[in-house]
Amino acid sequence: MAIAARNALYLRRRLRNTIARALAFAATAFGLGWLVLILGVLIFEGIGGLSLAVFTENTPPPGAAGGLLNAIMGSIVMTVLAIVIGTPIGVLAGTYMAEYGRHDKLASVVRFINDILLSAPSIVIGLFIYEVLVAPMGHFSGYAGSVALAVIVIPVVVRTTEDMLTLVPDTLREAAASIGLPRAHMIVRIAYRAARAGIVTGILLAIARISGETAPLLFTALNNQFFSLDMNAPVPSLPVVIFQFALSPYEEWQKLAWTGALLITVTVLALSIIARSLTARKS
Amino acid sequence: MNAGFPAIGREPLFQDARGLRVSEVTLNDSALRGAEARSRAAVLKRLRVSDLAFRGLTRGAALMVLALLSGVILALVIGSVPALKAFGFGFITSEVWNPVTEQFGALAPIYGTLVTSIIAMVIAVPVGLMIAFFLTELCPMWLRRPIAIAIELLAGIPSIIYGIWGLFVFAPFLQKYVQPALIDTFDGVPVLSSLFEGPPYGIGMLTAGFILAIMVLPFITAISRDVFDAVPPVLKEATYGLGCTTWEVFKHVILPYTRVGVLGGVMLGLGRALGETMAVTFVIGNAHKVSASILAPGTTISASIANEFTEAVGDLYTSSLIALGLILFVITFIVLAIARYMLLRIQKRAG
Repeated sequence: MAIAARNALYLRRRLRNTIARALAFAATAFGLGWLVLILGVLIFEGIGGLSLAVFTENTPPPGAAGGLLNAIMGSIVMTVLAIVIGTPIGVLAGTYMAEYGRHDKLASVVRFINDILLSAPSIVIGLFIYEVLVAPMGHFSGYAGSVALAVIVIPVVVRTTEDMLTLVPDTLREAAASIGLPRAHMIVRIAYRAARAGIVTGILLAIARISGETAPLLFTALNNQFFSLDMNAPVPSLPVVIFQFALSPYEEWQKLAWTGALLITVTVLALSIIARSLTARKS
Repeated sequence: MNAGFPAIGREPLFQDARGLRVSEVTLNDSALRGAEARSRAAVLKRLRVSDLAFRGLTRGAALMVLALLSGVILALVIGSVPALKAFGFGFITSEVWNPVTEQFGALAPIYGTLVTSIIAMVIAVPVGLMIAFFLTELCPMWLRRPIAIAIELLAGIPSIIYGIWGLFVFAPFLQKYVQPALIDTFDGVPVLSSLFEGPPYGIGMLTAGFILAIMVLPFITAISRDVFDAVPPVLKEATYGLGCTTWEVFKHVILPYTRVGVLGGVMLGLGRALGETMAVTFVIGNAHKVSASILAPGTTISASIANEFTEAVGDLYTSSLIALGLILFVITFIVLAIARYMLLRIQKRAG
């Protein structure tokens, strides 16, 4: 009797274990399934519209054929400007936290705030830039869009720079100090060099992050039907064009939206894979 | 320039770890008087100044991060003053959203934000934990990295892609197959029937919640995996030694040990879900309405802002949308702060 009860308990435990394992398998398949499904649909829908015209022609009026040239250019210019603005600030702030303020209060406060900025809703960043740049200037502009993107770049770069500089062995710093190198020189010539791959990774991740950002551009850079490199005026960008075209009733526009979506996704995923392999080789 | 450095000094070149003070003793040494010493002093002075300048520069950049956050809060508060003045506390409790009569209440967006985030967490937390369980305990070693990277790629896909995919692929699928089934199944069941009620639109709060779940899944998985990996092997081995099954080890040892970290990861995911904009904007339906049914279209704070901000005419309309942004920022700030606090705690314990 006792043995039967013990056997029953054993079987129940084994059954539970088997179910849990099956659920874990199923959960993983579920997660991977979405990735395959999303990428599959994206390629299926997007690749048909992929042609030279996409890169050579501007966004069309409703019902006409066209490309995404102005949107792609706008995205590239704004991304570059955002990186140019955001990277130095991010790298310097990360440097302070890893090199000067490892144990001071300011650094830990900044770290905490930075982590919050890192996952703060990007639409709020858009509102912020609208308030401080667009409203005073009186019009939407590419500059405002770039600054909004730069605000998103900064926390990403701060985080990776700090992490990567912390990984640089202290013996390198001590060796530099022992030959009389001032601290600033040690950081620029030695610590940066040792952490270069990691810092570049951070910048690539930041580019990946902002090249798909839509929300902060909606009411900063706005949109533009035409090719324009005037950063003081509304500038089109790929994500905003996708947003507008996908929600439109016109079939040509929806098709272009899918193609644009494919372009963005390929860019973003390629960037994050390159970034990952850069640091993987390092470690 | 290196030749300008004194080779031997009575004191080290640096007096403290900051490298601020350069020993003057060396320079005053009688053997080093004259032009050579002066040029050395000049070089050292330049180095000292550049050193200080660099430190100031990095400190300024760090302070800038603080300034950014304060700037965001300040701008939102100033921008939302007109709306809060006009509606007072009623702004949060009123469901009316009427641009024509300029009556604005935030209840529907707040409700939609909370409901979609709850749906997302209900789906993503168990699935994310199970994936992390799979990756740390069950998966063969050589498969761990590829699967982990694949799941993390989900986090890399821009939210607008989730939106367009949700609108054209997922919503029609739900409308055709899942929602009719849900409506039929729960028809007549007391509470659940009102939860799954109404015509199957395809777009709505359930769809938005589901898409959000896929988006926050990688965050929950990544953090859970990290904290699961940090469980000391001795603990697990001891439990296996008692004859426990893998699931029992997970449930009774790993989960309790990593509770704080897992909660931190969940809060981080929640913070993401609350603030997510584009994916939700595509599939939520943008209806300023509080409905019990999760199949009904609704709106979230971020979707309202994204949809209406550029078209908002009049200061009160704009200001109401900014006030919505302020509410969203406050909620996510609190959630994210709790998440970071919990993750910091577990980091400290891990050493």
